[in-house]
Amino acid sequence: MQLSPKIRNAIALASLCVSANALAEPAKIGMITTLSGGGASLGIDIRDGFELALKERNNQLGGIDVDMIIVDDGRKVDNAKQIARRMVERDQVDIMTGIVWSNLAMAVIPSVTADGTIYISPNAGPSLLAGKRCHPNYFNVAWQNDNLHEAMGQYVSDKGYNKVYLIAPNYPAGKDALAGFKRFYKGQIAGEVYTKLGQVDYAAEIANLRAENPDAVFFFLPGGMGINFTKQYAQAGLKESIPLFGPAFSFDEGILKAVGDAAIDTMNTSQYSHDLDNSANKAFVAKFMETYGRKPSLYASQGYDAALLLDSAFRAVGSDYKNREKFRAALAKADFSSVRGDFRFGPNQHPIQSIYVRKVVREGDSVTNQLVGTVFTQHQDAYASECKMK
Amino acid sequence: MLFLEQLLNGVQLGMMLFLMAAGLTLIFGIMHLINLAHGSLYMVGAYFTATVTVMSGSFAIGLFGGCVAAACCGVLIELLAMRHLYHRDHLDQVLATFGIILTANEATKMIFGPQALFLNPPDWLSETVQILPDTPYPAYRLFVIISGIVVALFLRHLITHTRLGMLIRAGATHREMVTALGFNISLLFTVVFALGAGLAGLAGGLAGPLLAIEVGMGEQILILTFVVIIIGGIGSVKGALVAGLLVGIVDTLSRAFLPTLLKTMLPTASADALAGSVSSMAIYIVMALVLIVRPEGLYRAYGT
Repeated sequence: MQLSPKIRNAIALASLCVSANALAEPAKIGMITTLSGGGASLGIDIRDGFELALKERNNQLGGIDVDMIIVDDGRKVDNAKQIARRMVERDQVDIMTGIVWSNLAMAVIPSVTADGTIYISPNAGPSLLAGKRCHPNYFNVAWQNDNLHEAMGQYVSDKGYNKVYLIAPNYPAGKDALAGFKRFYKGQIAGEVYTKLGQVDYAAEIANLRAENPDAVFFFLPGGMGINFTKQYAQAGLKESIPLFGPAFSFDEGILKAVGDAAIDTMNTSQYSHDLDNSANKAFVAKFMETYGRKPSLYASQGYDAALLLDSAFRAVGSDYKNREKFRAALAKADFSSVRGDFRFGPNQHPIQSIYVRKVVREGDSVTNQLVGTVFTQHQDAYASECKMK
Repeated sequence: MLFLEQLLNGVQLGMMLFLMAAGLTLIFGIMHLINLAHGSLYMVGAYFTATVTVMSGSFAIGLFGGCVAAACCGVLIELLAMRHLYHRDHLDQVLATFGIILTANEATKMIFGPQALFLNPPDWLSETVQILPDTPYPAYRLFVIISGIVVALFLRHLITHTRLGMLIRAGATHREMVTALGFNISLLFTVVFALGAGLAGLAGGLAGPLLAIEVGMGEQILILTFVVIIIGGIGSVKGALVAGLLVGIVDTLSRAFLPTLLKTMLPTASADALAGSVSSMAIYIVMALVLIVRPEGLYRAYGT
């Protein structure tokens, strides 16, 4: 069939229109997170928090339609890498988020940010990405890994404990945790133990610990490991004589439900608590409980804040969001009301925020966290000065 | 005193591993079946123990419920899936049972939710007892050790003194002969599978008050269980007991004393890091050593 020049021009014009229209097509956000296997409850909380913010906004962020692609990584590095490549190459997502674990984050984030994708971390904050290998396309809306541990180091010192026993799993985030604790703790160290990742039985460590007779124990054992340890510690009859301290990762709402009374009276540090007194948080907690029938954990708050941060940036740049430079500048302003209260980004695009201390209490039928004080205000991570943003 | 206490901890871990390994080794030895889903049955046992305990208010009833639930799941798995795989390659069995793990994990998450369940020891077991001077020992851990001994005695009686035990021994070594003599071998297989599943369920239920009851808990113990049956000799319940205790004690003692030992030779920081890595390898080193000396494991299956 021969096309007359007129028709050909019309087609060309039409296709031009389509490509101009393409700017109004939905922004693509890829979420890689852990939804199955051990540790799934963390990823589910992050996803639910993020989706709640989307639901409240009729599936838009800052007035731009959003196309979410959510994929489960099963907590496996290889899966995460594969999914990330598919999202960048085939789906051509504009923004990525969702990864829970630092080892997965280290395998994915440097390559996707180098490819020009914006990455918003709702959880993992490995030290390298906050310092030497910071990147303009990488933002962390949760914390740098050391932060909550640093706060506990300060708190334990303030309370006058002087002989503390330390336990963490033998992997990078475990070492970061104890390094963070020691950065602010001034007393003696009664012992320092690195356990196997995913360890189930802590009888040997608990017996050794008792033999050292410390005046307090600081432990960082996220997820199921923390449940195992806390239960076994209480059964060994040590909870009353040697108090336990840890970051919020060992005391989130899901863990407390499983541990029950064995955790009561222990203290933990967090940048978030469901009873924080600000209007954004009150609305969030009410909405979250109405939608999902459970209290939001810190992970859920981080997922929600990640969406709010994106919402603020989309609102600022509108359909111009493909312009990375402009979009990054809008993100860096962090112009949103975080559910944790004051929040802004430091020069390495990691949070400057308050860290609180919470106490585990019984509230009616359930065991939950109660805010008891503030350890740090406007706390910045220790690696910001190593970051040379290019 | 610390050493004795740690030894006791090792025995307790060993007993847990024995409960898991006894069932797995029976299935492996008698049915020549690689069952990766054994960990899922352990998980089923833990979940049902927790649920039934909360419903009935009694841990004993809960434990029984967990055991029965796991055995029922075992029968279902055997009838629906395993039965078609006996004559297939081991690789097919691995694939099928791996599929069962994924299905079981997702199903558990859909039924019970993604968060870990709550289960504490009953009040009369949540105290500590003084069995060694100056060392309060958790009563619940002693209870686990005693349960392990009871199960070991029960299995010994079952295998050496009952008709079922005779068939199990015969089935392990002379499967064709058993069939030729007119015994219903497929019924025997179902019974063995249910027995193994019930033991896994019991192990899961007993682990419940100590550990996090969560999706994927079975995979953590499954690898250790395979190490135990390889060291013990595939198909031998006695081997499972000895190897379970060996693995439990080696694992506990290396975690307990390696750091101190290494600190006498190395600076503290590197000793801590090294001890962490070496103690997590210790049981695999033991396995390698046993396999060098006795490639078939410590004990042979019955009769040979």
